[in-house]
Amino acid sequence: MSANAVKSRDFHRLSSVWNIIFNCIAGGFAILCIFPFLFVVLISFTDEGSLARDGYQLIPAKWSLEAYKYVFGSGDTLLRSYGVTIAVTVIGTLVSLLLISLYAYAISRKSFKYRNFFAFFAFFTMLFNGGLVPTYIIVTQLLGLKDSIWALVLPLAVNAFYIMILRTFYITSVPDALIESAKIDGAGEFRTFLRIVLPLSLPGLATIGLFSTLGYWNDWFNALLYIDNPNLVPLQSMLMRIETSMQFIMQNSQNSSLSLEAMRSMPQDTSRMAMVVLATGPIIFAYPFFQRYFIQGLTIGAVKE
Amino acid sequence: MGKIGKSAKDIVRNKVLLFMVLPGALWFLFFSYLPMVGTVIAFKEYRFSRDGFWASIINSKWVGWDNFKFLFSTNDAFLITRNTLLYNTAFIIIGLILSVLLAVVLSEITNKKLAKLYQTGMFLPYFLSWVVVGYFAFSFLSSERGLLNALFGSKISWYSESKYWPFIIIFVYLWKAVGYNSVVYLAAIMGIDKSLYEASMIDGASKFQQIRNITLPLLNPIIIIMTLLAIGKIFYADFGLFYQVPRDSGTLYSVTNVIDTYVYRGLKTTGEIGMSTAAGLYQSVVGFVLVITSNYIVRRFDKDSALF
Repeated sequence: MSANAVKSRDFHRLSSVWNIIFNCIAGGFAILCIFPFLFVVLISFTDEGSLARDGYQLIPAKWSLEAYKYVFGSGDTLLRSYGVTIAVTVIGTLVSLLLISLYAYAISRKSFKYRNFFAFFAFFTMLFNGGLVPTYIIVTQLLGLKDSIWALVLPLAVNAFYIMILRTFYITSVPDALIESAKIDGAGEFRTFLRIVLPLSLPGLATIGLFSTLGYWNDWFNALLYIDNPNLVPLQSMLMRIETSMQFIMQNSQNSSLSLEAMRSMPQDTSRMAMVVLATGPIIFAYPFFQRYFIQGLTIGAVKE
Repeated sequence: MGKIGKSAKDIVRNKVLLFMVLPGALWFLFFSYLPMVGTVIAFKEYRFSRDGFWASIINSKWVGWDNFKFLFSTNDAFLITRNTLLYNTAFIIIGLILSVLLAVVLSEITNKKLAKLYQTGMFLPYFLSWVVVGYFAFSFLSSERGLLNALFGSKISWYSESKYWPFIIIFVYLWKAVGYNSVVYLAAIMGIDKSLYEASMIDGASKFQQIRNITLPLLNPIIIIMTLLAIGKIFYADFGLFYQVPRDSGTLYSVTNVIDTYVYRGLKTTGEIGMSTAAGLYQSVVGFVLVITSNYIVRRFDKDSALF
């Protein structure tokens, strides 16, 4: 019966020719999106010699694991960067969730006398900002955060947009009556927040948490601005630095024998691509899971109070 | 008691919530509001002082509008404004067309599992950092080893020929953003009342008539709002796209320098702090006006979608 019902509507579905065309458009674009990553993975498994001869090939003449051996054998540069990135991501996400969830909760409470003021205080930063130079000067000179791990954590910790999203989430997912009854039962604001509001808004927190995890993992800009100490360089920034020092050496290689020496100790092309793969790996594995929350976040962001 | 007593009482009554808001408020103070105060540097000849931030600001000499005069007397101001505006315009228009097209295509594909799979593929670029995307671009564009020169047997040195870069930049932007944006439109399409399609089926509408007469008109409001919000941000460029993908190549500055990269270079490379702050303030002020204006227009279309 139901099969018949579906069948009788079939002519309103896409005709099979158009279905194929649509599949080709969407599938083609999807492949285009994934292809560069697969290509870089291929390069990282190519033999350096065959690469020097043929350039980057879709099907390498000779496969090799040398690049990965080199990366893992070349001391702790990569490991340290991994460590910095993981530390910054974990600390950052926790700090960020703490500040954002508290702030959003306070301004979601109707009984909070100053809620409008603080809502505007956060919101206005979405409209106007001082720009890069004053921020840089405040962070380095007033707060003295240059070459500190906090320079990687704090600038990304709070974001007015996330506060707005989470406030909306609290208001829509935690009924006022529930908070009132907790009050009557004698719970203070903190208790209400921890015991009732947080558990009920876990999906919202997870969304914001994943947004900020991704932000911290992928950040290189703050390292570019604030970090000179090679021990504090996160992954993305390390990838960038290898690239620029390579360029620097190449540009100056004619007039110095020293740079030839430096050139030899630099990671080869394939090893750099292997580092790209290793830096991206965790994201690639996690993102199909992330995706759901991101879509949720997009939809929450669109719904307002 | 009077007024002071009353506000003291209010503070006591709200102390727990005030305490909760405090860390975030301090963050905004340090990372957002003090930099706003710091924009006075745009009107000063900034001199770093050993006695710290306040001393540096106070001891620097007032120069009035000089930094702005310098900025706008060079060709730079025109160039970076033009680049920022033209690129963003291209992103908005082409991005919109492609995202809506893909959203419609995805929503019509008969096999929902495949559609989901495609969507996951399109979403991937959004999760990668610009550094990684820069490496991807290099694997195609490297003059000796890149895939493009190998495939076409050409010997173009991509990173020093500015004429190709407007296309490369736009292509890379679309590659990274379209999958993500199409999700917004796809969500809107999913929200369209199914009975409309059923009614049109009874009237004998073909699939393409449905798309043209139901899907697209109902997407119109969200398209308008997304576009207006993008116009509000038209003075801001994605720093990573314009810095990482062209690998900071100096020969390409004429087509890759945007306000954001200009400000960064003024700060870190050329040391023109005053002029660079002036450029940043110019961006913030024009950006502010544009956000306010576009939001005002959004409000008139649809109150719920406006930012405020």
